[in-house]
Amino acid sequence: MGLDRHLPTRRELLAGSGALFAWSQMPRIARAEGRDPRLLVVILRGALDGFGAVAPVGDPDWVALRGDRALLLDGKPAALPLDSFFALNPAMPNLHRLYKSGKAAIVHATATPYRERSHFDGQDVLESGFTRPGATASGWLNRALLAMESGGRVDPRGSRALGIGSVTPLVVRGSAPVMTWVPQKLLPASQDTQNRLLDLYQHTDPKLATVLQARMKLASLDGARGTGDPMSDDPTLAPPGIARVRAYFTEAAGTAARYLAKPDGPRVGAMGFVGWDTHIAEGAASGQLYNLLGALDGAFAAIESNMGEVWHETVVAVVTEFGRTARINGTQGTDHGTGTVAFLIGGGLAGGRVIADWPGLKAAQLLDDRDLKPTTDLRAVLKGLLRDHLRVEEKVLAETVFPDSAEIKPMGGLVA
Amino acid sequence: MSNPARAETVLALQRFGMGPRPGSIAAMGSDPRGALIAELDRPLTLTAAAGLPTSAKAFRTVADANARRTARVKQAQQQAKKQQMAAAAPAMSEDQAQGQVQDKDAAEMAAKQAADAVPDPGRPMYLQEAKLRTEAALAAEIGFAERLVWFWSNHFCVSANKIQSMSGAYEREAVRANALGRFVDLLLAVEGHPAMLFYLDNLESMGANSIAGINRSRGLNENIAREIMELHTLGVRTGYTQDDVISFANVMTGWTLVPPGADPQHGGEFTFNPRLHEPGGQTVLGKRYEQEDAEQGRAVLRDLAAHPATSTHVATKLARHFVADEPPPALVEQMAKTFRDTEGDLKQVAIAMVSSDEAWRGPPSKLKRPGEWVVGMVRATGITVVDPVLYTGGQQLLGEPLWRPSSPKGYPDDEASWIDGVGRRLDVANNFAERVTGMADPQVIIEDVFASEIAPEVKQAVDRAESRQQALALLFMSADFQRR
Repeated sequence: MGLDRHLPTRRELLAGSGALFAWSQMPRIARAEGRDPRLLVVILRGALDGFGAVAPVGDPDWVALRGDRALLLDGKPAALPLDSFFALNPAMPNLHRLYKSGKAAIVHATATPYRERSHFDGQDVLESGFTRPGATASGWLNRALLAMESGGRVDPRGSRALGIGSVTPLVVRGSAPVMTWVPQKLLPASQDTQNRLLDLYQHTDPKLATVLQARMKLASLDGARGTGDPMSDDPTLAPPGIARVRAYFTEAAGTAARYLAKPDGPRVGAMGFVGWDTHIAEGAASGQLYNLLGALDGAFAAIESNMGEVWHETVVAVVTEFGRTARINGTQGTDHGTGTVAFLIGGGLAGGRVIADWPGLKAAQLLDDRDLKPTTDLRAVLKGLLRDHLRVEEKVLAETVFPDSAEIKPMGGLVA
Repeated sequence: MSNPARAETVLALQRFGMGPRPGSIAAMGSDPRGALIAELDRPLTLTAAAGLPTSAKAFRTVADANARRTARVKQAQQQAKKQQMAAAAPAMSEDQAQGQVQDKDAAEMAAKQAADAVPDPGRPMYLQEAKLRTEAALAAEIGFAERLVWFWSNHFCVSANKIQSMSGAYEREAVRANALGRFVDLLLAVEGHPAMLFYLDNLESMGANSIAGINRSRGLNENIAREIMELHTLGVRTGYTQDDVISFANVMTGWTLVPPGADPQHGGEFTFNPRLHEPGGQTVLGKRYEQEDAEQGRAVLRDLAAHPATSTHVATKLARHFVADEPPPALVEQMAKTFRDTEGDLKQVAIAMVSSDEAWRGPPSKLKRPGEWVVGMVRATGITVVDPVLYTGGQQLLGEPLWRPSSPKGYPDDEASWIDGVGRRLDVANNFAERVTGMADPQVIIEDVFASEIAPEVKQAVDRAESRQQALALLFMSADFQRR
């Protein structure tokens, strides 16, 4: 599947526009400064467990909260230390390396303004940039692109954005033209989807349940070849198709980076990765979430290497619609929560730190005695990136990109 | 909340039709059985097929391409050989063995390039036919008549592996045109169709004592006779003997087609060639057939169509396909009786099926075949246009490649044959869900397309899904979507 555009009427305009075109891709103000910034937004659909990704190992209540599911510095495998308080999931050595070299930052205890627990609505708020779901059919990234051109001579070629996947993420949809690219590799149904289907079959169709269970067993044997007793029911066995998930993440992210790196390519892009809704057998230290974070870490490596020379002008924001419950549920998973983490990576970042106004983990410090309390509005982070990296004006950010957000000040100092 | 009337409408669409699509429940009205029967009165022609070649034309086109390809390959090989000879003279001192190997590679490559320069026109024809057939299934209000076309096409299957260019035209010309007519006319049309004669090797068959048989010391091929009796009419182990098969095979000799390259007007059409036909009378199932030409075969086929075993065989297969792997005996008997009473009026047999209470009892226990499931999924989204490459690729992945059964028996209809493929369906459902996330809303499908006649557990799974894609995948994979 090749590169396609949502606006076929622009086809001729976009074809063969050559060098002129390359210049026109740059955000107007940044161009004047001699910069050529890139921004890629990665949506983790399903609500990432921030505690499973970045553990507050220095919090005295951490172990009590998660018990034997708590990531620890002396765990098996050992969490990767970030600072004196936080440690990273051991599945993410690339992110750890980037962090240590100042090219990654982590925002913890963050959330959008959405406070309910519907994925669809949560994603709508995250991507639209509005405070309520269903308010608009465009995304904040697309509107930011349009804003960058306002006031000057509008070059219709200049605002192209890139969407990766069969469905362009809402965050990049809108009136600025979007080109889309669909990965060749098929994303296999996630472990989570299979688990849910199995549960559904167990309640409605035992024969189908038996067949699906056999397939899941077979796939897990296949995925875990050589890692132990193949007949074991060990939940840490690699989930089915994790190799395919890794390949999909790497291809999708790597391709996004390749397009963004082209001199005449788009300057902003967006993509989504599914599978983060870990209700059952979350497996942070080994298992479902561990494997997915590992695949995401592989995607980070692909972005870094495919950005090549423009890595130093790149920022990647990895965000999710909401967090998960602070405590583990009865099926060794977590349910829909609120506060979570966002990953920021890129050569253009002033990183090497975890940004968090830590709310604490005591029952009274949790939101509704249930969730990590969000203390950083995710919009502040995104506004900071848009202002300092893409040079979108604060007023536009407050009124158009994230409407009614004047009181949420852009977070400064994120970009080098 | 389940509502008995709506539930019967959904069952009608699932069990006898192509599955609900937006608006179909309302269109069925308050009498789903009546709506099923009424659909059988609408013409079954594919209007969009007007531009497609007939099977004979398709065959001629492929034959022409093959002839051009052969000529090009021959030319390329000759040219490569000439170049080799020219190059070989000064290269005598070099390692001759290696030189020869390289020359051979060069000649093969030239031949391959020449062959590739004339692509097979069969595949585009296959894809175009697949597109129209699938779009007809998507466009049908209910799809009962289309399901009958699919049923008979599978009952009288040919394989596109052998005759890619003709497989779609065969279905249109022989099956679709007769699927709601009399069984005997359907039988005569399919067995006399060039695609079937080609597929079941009757073009190779000649009477041992025919002119051609004596001249070429070749003889009979029993394939078509056996499959007609075992699969198409009487059914296996219904009393016919090996001698009956041989006699019937002799009867069928001479049923062939006009060589496609030889006749630009009629090449690829059916013809009876007396030079291949075994002379003399034949005894089949105790009856003597003395006719001297194609009438002999038609007479046997007419008698097979009217045989009581055929009525039972056909009724059982139809009921197994539509109603249950183990169909209720009373239903089968009712349908077989209708078959006999109406001299094989297939519309009346279909009406007898949907009019019988037995056909509506019992929970939806049939596992949809992959083709039905895929079309049901697409219908639910309201999509009406098919990319035939994606569609046929998906069918292949699911083990039911369109018009490519692995044997003349066609695709099986029982759950055991398909249930192991459910895992594969998940891959397809997941991928399809990803493609349609932007245009298909799982809640709308449940509420509007299925009128909420879906298990509460499925609704709950959809409500709790982590993404629209996952919700759609779970919905498409639910028993409500896969069983009928």
